[in-house]
Amino acid sequence: MRVLITGIAGHIGRKVAQYLLARGHTVAGIDRRPWPDAPKAIEIVAVDVRKRAAEEVFRRRRPEALIHLATVTHFQTDLEERYRVNLGGTRAVFEHCHSWGVKEAVFVGRHTFYGAAPDTPLYHTEADPPLAVSTFPELADLVASDLFASSALWRWPEMSTVVLRTCYTLGPSLTGTLASFLRPRRVPTVLGFDPLFQFMHEDDCARAIAETVGRGMRGTFNVAGPQAIPLSLLIKMAGRRNVPLPEPLLTGLLGRFGFASLPRGAVNHIKYPCVVDDAVFRSTTGFAPEFDEAQTVGSFRWAAS
Amino acid sequence: MASALVTDIKARVDRLEIAFNRDGYDKFGTSKKHLAIFFTALGWLYRSYFRVKVTGIEHVPKRGRAMLVGNHSGGYAVDGAMVLASALLDMEPPRLAHGMAEKFLNAMPVASLWTNRVGQLTGLPEHAVQLLEDERLLMVFPEGARGTAKLYKERWSLVGFGQGFVRLALQTKTPIVPLAFIGGGDVMPTVMNLYKLGKLLGAPYIPLTPYLLPVPLPRPCEIIYGEPMRLPGTGNEDDEHIEKLVAQVKERVHELMDEGRRRRGERP
Repeated sequence: MRVLITGIAGHIGRKVAQYLLARGHTVAGIDRRPWPDAPKAIEIVAVDVRKRAAEEVFRRRRPEALIHLATVTHFQTDLEERYRVNLGGTRAVFEHCHSWGVKEAVFVGRHTFYGAAPDTPLYHTEADPPLAVSTFPELADLVASDLFASSALWRWPEMSTVVLRTCYTLGPSLTGTLASFLRPRRVPTVLGFDPLFQFMHEDDCARAIAETVGRGMRGTFNVAGPQAIPLSLLIKMAGRRNVPLPEPLLTGLLGRFGFASLPRGAVNHIKYPCVVDDAVFRSTTGFAPEFDEAQTVGSFRWAAS
Repeated sequence: MASALVTDIKARVDRLEIAFNRDGYDKFGTSKKHLAIFFTALGWLYRSYFRVKVTGIEHVPKRGRAMLVGNHSGGYAVDGAMVLASALLDMEPPRLAHGMAEKFLNAMPVASLWTNRVGQLTGLPEHAVQLLEDERLLMVFPEGARGTAKLYKERWSLVGFGQGFVRLALQTKTPIVPLAFIGGGDVMPTVMNLYKLGKLLGAPYIPLTPYLLPVPLPRPCEIIYGEPMRLPGTGNEDDEHIEKLVAQVKERVHELMDEGRRRRGERP
């Protein structure tokens, strides 16, 4: 198949591209960022997905499948810019998919969609509502783009739309939300709380995304890796020091004295678990993670030291 | 004596038929290390402090999904804790019963951590389904917090049973094992509940005893398990039909409570 990947130069995008190439697909990509040593077989157009030149890529290449990875999660990016990229970008990309006859469109979202609160259940199924809008308001743009992407299922039923909600990734690239949290030597936690964390190796995540291509899948799917483990164990396995602090003290210390800076809503995500049930994705695609939790955290630890 | 209990508990936790990973955690976050500490404390209360007597433990299925349904009493869930202890200490092979914790516990530091590490998840229907589908032993007190709030004079009564547990049992095809906890009212002779103070501390209420402190007294207790009930249906029946099934279970629990009172020489 001819596959187009937006956000191809990100670390997950590069790996997805390589998996697809190895399986005999034709791969092209769009990204503002460079990918200097990209395989020759991959054509990369350096353009913003919201610009007209991006539509030209669809017009000229007529991709049969699209994987949308061009979303931002960095809380450092200002809110308006995030809305522009995450919502505006998703809208533009899905409209191009419809206009230019893309058969399969994959939106890659995040499992934090479900939010974390004292009375939310473990192992969310795809039918659960996006509580993140109240528990973690800073994630509202990602929740909105997730729901907007899935509206393609009824707006353009001829296109097979897939929305993936992937758990945290971890690995030697040291990028991603969880990796930034675990990067500093001392990792702050909330005293008296130790939620389950679900994460997967970045290679497994890329493979899971690549697995969706060519199947004509439709709908929303949770994607997860090995068994979830408590945050305290994760910190220990990552070779970091767990610093449990009473909650009022913790919120005052974030971003200071070598502690990672976190938006306020993120505190809920280190107090309460946000874990997903990935049974539907596994049975639909046959996907199973190759890396267990020790190998996944180990690869991060090795690269971070 | 004390170290014998520690070794015994550790061996029993090791024999639990639960899929723990290499670090000793299951998929719900239950930890073998925390279970051993928790059940050492419970085991002492169970064997030495309350001297709990158990009858009918053979009615609890050795494997596979099942729902223990009993009466609540005694200020806070002393009864629940003793039922947990009986499943681990007096069953062969030992089993871990999962209670449905009050929601406020998960919002409190330390309580949140410990309830999760010892398999006592927040009381949500989703958790009940997840545990039963994983073939666990679920412990349900359909009276809820209103059940533990019973005063001393109300100790032999049953307040309203919710319907949820019967629908869940039908939907997941789970047998219900009725149980009666005898002596909960004597352990915590509540004269009144302080609701305002409770609210201040993030709990539904604080029970007040004649000796003021909400500390349980070392009174002997008994747990009586009844034969499993396999209720007919799919869980999609109307409320009226479900209410009849709920009444059947409630009746059975009441009968077991009466049996316990009679054995104590009381007239029910």
